[in-house]
Amino acid sequence: MITSDILGYSWLSLKGYKSRTLLMLLAMSISVASVLLLTALGEGARRYVNGEFASLGTNLVIVLPGRSETAGMGLNTMMGVTPRDLTLEDARALQRHSAITRIAPLNVGAAEASWQSRKREVTIMGSTQELLTLRHWKLASGSFLPDTEWDRATPVCVIGKKIRDEIFGAHSALGQWIRLGQNRYRVIGVMASEGRSIGIDVQELVIIPVASAQALFNTPSLFRILIESKSREAMQKVIEFTENTIKQRHHGELDVTVITQDAVLKTFDNILSALTYGVGGIAAISLAVAGILIMNVMLVAVSQRTAEIGLLKALGASRQKILVLILTEAMQLSLLGVFFGFILGLGGSWGIRSALPELQAYPPLWAILASFGVAMLTGLLFSLLPATKASKLDPVRALQGH
Amino acid sequence: MIKLEHIHRDFQVGDQTVHALDDINLEITQGEYLSVMGPSGSGKSTLLNLIGMLDHATSGSYSLADQNITEMDEQQEAQIRNKYIGFVFQAFHLIPRLSAAENIELPLVLAGIAPSVRQPKVEQALQAMNLVDRAHHKPDQLSGGQRQRVAIARATITEPSVLLADEPTGNLDQKSGEDVIDTLESLNKKGITLIIVTHDHHLGKRSARAIKMLDGRIESDQANG
Ligand SMILES: Nc1ncnc2c1ncn2[C@@H]1O[C@H](COP(=O)(O)OP(=O)(O)O)[C@@H](O)[C@H]1O
Ligand SMILES: [Mg+2]
Repeated sequence: MITSDILGYSWLSLKGYKSRTLLMLLAMSISVASVLLLTALGEGARRYVNGEFASLGTNLVIVLPGRSETAGMGLNTMMGVTPRDLTLEDARALQRHSAITRIAPLNVGAAEASWQSRKREVTIMGSTQELLTLRHWKLASGSFLPDTEWDRATPVCVIGKKIRDEIFGAHSALGQWIRLGQNRYRVIGVMASEGRSIGIDVQELVIIPVASAQALFNTPSLFRILIESKSREAMQKVIEFTENTIKQRHHGELDVTVITQDAVLKTFDNILSALTYGVGGIAAISLAVAGILIMNVMLVAVSQRTAEIGLLKALGASRQKILVLILTEAMQLSLLGVFFGFILGLGGSWGIRSALPELQAYPPLWAILASFGVAMLTGLLFSLLPATKASKLDPVRALQGH
Repeated sequence: MIKLEHIHRDFQVGDQTVHALDDINLEITQGEYLSVMGPSGSGKSTLLNLIGMLDHATSGSYSLADQNITEMDEQQEAQIRNKYIGFVFQAFHLIPRLSAAENIELPLVLAGIAPSVRQPKVEQALQAMNLVDRAHHKPDQLSGGQRQRVAIARATITEPSVLLADEPTGNLDQKSGEDVIDTLESLNKKGITLIIVTHDHHLGKRSARAIKMLDGRIESDQANG
């Protein structure tokens, strides 16, 4: 038989038994879709966490006050429980190393911002000029914090886009003086960047010089020191240098935690990857269950068509040809199931992305390939038995419908 | 052409052995017209199935067109069947989802013949069987006589040397039955070896050679005329 005839013949059989075909398609496509959807969710979660950390910048070493035993994972390190102050002098002491390209001390607090009659509560970040480059942020207009001595409390601020829109509306923000707490600051720039980092929305941020923030919040202690290493390779050296320097300055006690985003990211990445593989695997099992359904339905199909198979033999079809015909039918069915499953799964993950834009729920390539492979393989394996049974039918008895 | 020597075909039913064919010796030459008659259960269908290689002898030897069938494997048999044998059944055995033309085409499709070659042959067969205007009808849209003519067209599309018909008129009324027999006989006149199993004595008399079977044996084998 020529290939197009084999395909045509099995296609007509599929069309000839619509309810059986639809039932199998349903089982197949739902399983395939669930593989895609579940892995898309897992992958989306992984990407979300990845993105959250990637926004911190690459080659970043972060110093937090307080010591956590499992560096990088403890909740209290993330919250910043403070045993001994981390100061501007600590940060300055770190500037000397050749592998360190940039340093940004960080101070965070909240205050009420007001301009004319408009008021709102804002998050204020105190830092230095290098923060902009270090965090890969972009300005929409104006300039970032001036390059001055760190301890000079210049009364200027850079504001996030949302703050600009809410406080200034149609007015131009640049050059205006806004009040933060008791002090007045001149707006010198507006941030263009969107997105979040360490849980803070850049659009809702007001950035002022670190010394101004220390004065505003009335505390010398820093929230973080962000350090950018020259290269990925130099990270370890930078960490060691940082720990030694701080230890020396804090009377021989290492009371800070030095983390890299890599370490944290890896942990999350591993957990979420494992999760994705896990749900993918479970969904793949449902695909195998669909395979058992396929086997049963194909067995019924073969017994329904006993006389036809007998006839094919009488017309000169060998066992092998019958085998090929039935297997082709099962393969077509699987392929169709995969096709509809892809539509369902990809459509579903598109739906998730529309509903939750933060979650980049794309099914990973391996899940797409695997669900295709598993579907075709189960289709083949589970139709092997019915097909073999059909090919071995005694033509005389088959023609009598036994 | 066809040569059966000491053919036995036993069936095991429970702990009883049924001798469906009991020492059959039969020689048929190319172009003969044979009728096989006999009471129900006398082994007529078994004989026909054996000649058509749908069934195999328990013992004895069978050769078709000077080829020893007894020693062939399944694949070779299928090929020989496709090339030399045409079957016509009492129950038509048309595939319901295929049109008349597609049913007729099936043996060519199974033989792997290209569509461009098949097309004219099917066309011609439809014409010969007077079915041109029914070409695209499904079997359930055809009368019994038309269905059997589709089956005959299908059986002869590969131009086989032997046409085996097992009670071809059994499901037909008198008139369509005669039409079908006429069709089969005209094929025989063109050179095909025709073997018809029938209950109809009138039909049995029309054939050049008549075989009567009883209990798996050939009771008589005589020329009409
Ligand atoms: N598959 C089978 N299993 C058991 N017995 C069978 C089988 N096929 C035929 N027979 C028996 O063989 C004998 C001949 O059957 P068959 O050739 O069909 O007779 P006919 O066609 O002349 O009516 C009968 O007794 C029948 O019961
Ligand atoms: Mg019979």
